[in-house]
Amino acid sequence: MGSEGLGSAAVPAPEPDAHLRGSGGPAVTLYLDLACPHCAVVWVEARELPLSLCVRHFPIESKRPRAAALHAATEAAVLQGGEEAFWGMWDSLYEDRGRVDDPHLWERARELGLDVERFEADRRGDQVAERVRRDFRSGIRAGVTGTPAGFLDGRPLGSEGEELGGVLRALAEVG
Amino acid sequence: MIEAGAAAPDFTLPDQDQNEVSLSDFAGVKLILAFYPFDFSAVCTDHLSVYQEVHGEIEAQGAKLVGVSVDSPFAHKAFQEKLGLTIPLLSDFHPQGEMSRTYGALIEERGHTNRSLVIVEDGKVAFSMAAATPLEIPGANVIFDALEELA
Repeated sequence: MGSEGLGSAAVPAPEPDAHLRGSGGPAVTLYLDLACPHCAVVWVEARELPLSLCVRHFPIESKRPRAAALHAATEAAVLQGGEEAFWGMWDSLYEDRGRVDDPHLWERARELGLDVERFEADRRGDQVAERVRRDFRSGIRAGVTGTPAGFLDGRPLGSEGEELGGVLRALAEVG
Repeated sequence: MIEAGAAAPDFTLPDQDQNEVSLSDFAGVKLILAFYPFDFSAVCTDHLSVYQEVHGEIEAQGAKLVGVSVDSPFAHKAFQEKLGLTIPLLSDFHPQGEMSRTYGALIEERGHTNRSLVIVEDGKVAFSMAAATPLEIPGANVIFDALEELA
């Protein structure tokens, strides 16, 4: 099946359009679901640690029906506002998890200075869906079965929220 | 766990809608049996949810995926509805675990199924694997690796 399939493959290196956060320290890849409460706990801590993070989309829609819309919103923000808008949308979705309906997304888009009409079209478009799916597929190929999931040099870092948080703290201390 | 090369034990079990489903219904296709311990448990929710996300791509390869546990058809129906699953769920409820036992997928001392994958093709077991513990989920990549091997 080659690269088209979903057979096992190592976590890919960050692509040119990867979402990177932080600098210094070990390079960690995180597969996160924006509707996952455990991911929110891990993310708000991880983003403050001295780690080089590559964040990838892993929405599990059947478990958390809102996940797909939230991930699409972050990629729609990229199309107008680049990485700054991506992180603005991403962080605010984790910081304010009670306000994630469509009108709340439009409000965030406005606050980020985006054209809401275009945002609305983009977040439902194929380009955004394909970008999210690309990340999801790389996670499946790496054996991700739940979120949050972290990898360091291709090795999984644990799957439970608290456990992963502790692992990331320890990594940041070692540097 | 039943091993590759063995004849696949025949079965007839009710699904979530109480329709009888038999091994012979899958003649000519690769049947993937995904055994899991319990509807609604935390790990099983992750397990079935992540398989659901790739269910379309499994079927696109001409394979059929079904879940199997000792839960009743009614529990299966509720679990399926909760997660929006299109994966059929077979109920090995009575006599409890009998079908799973024939596949070596029953944890006898606990009375529930383990977490494992069996692929049946042409009446034979073509692939099988069991997670080391019920807390570990075989990644969906394991299914695609096996289908690629068998292609």
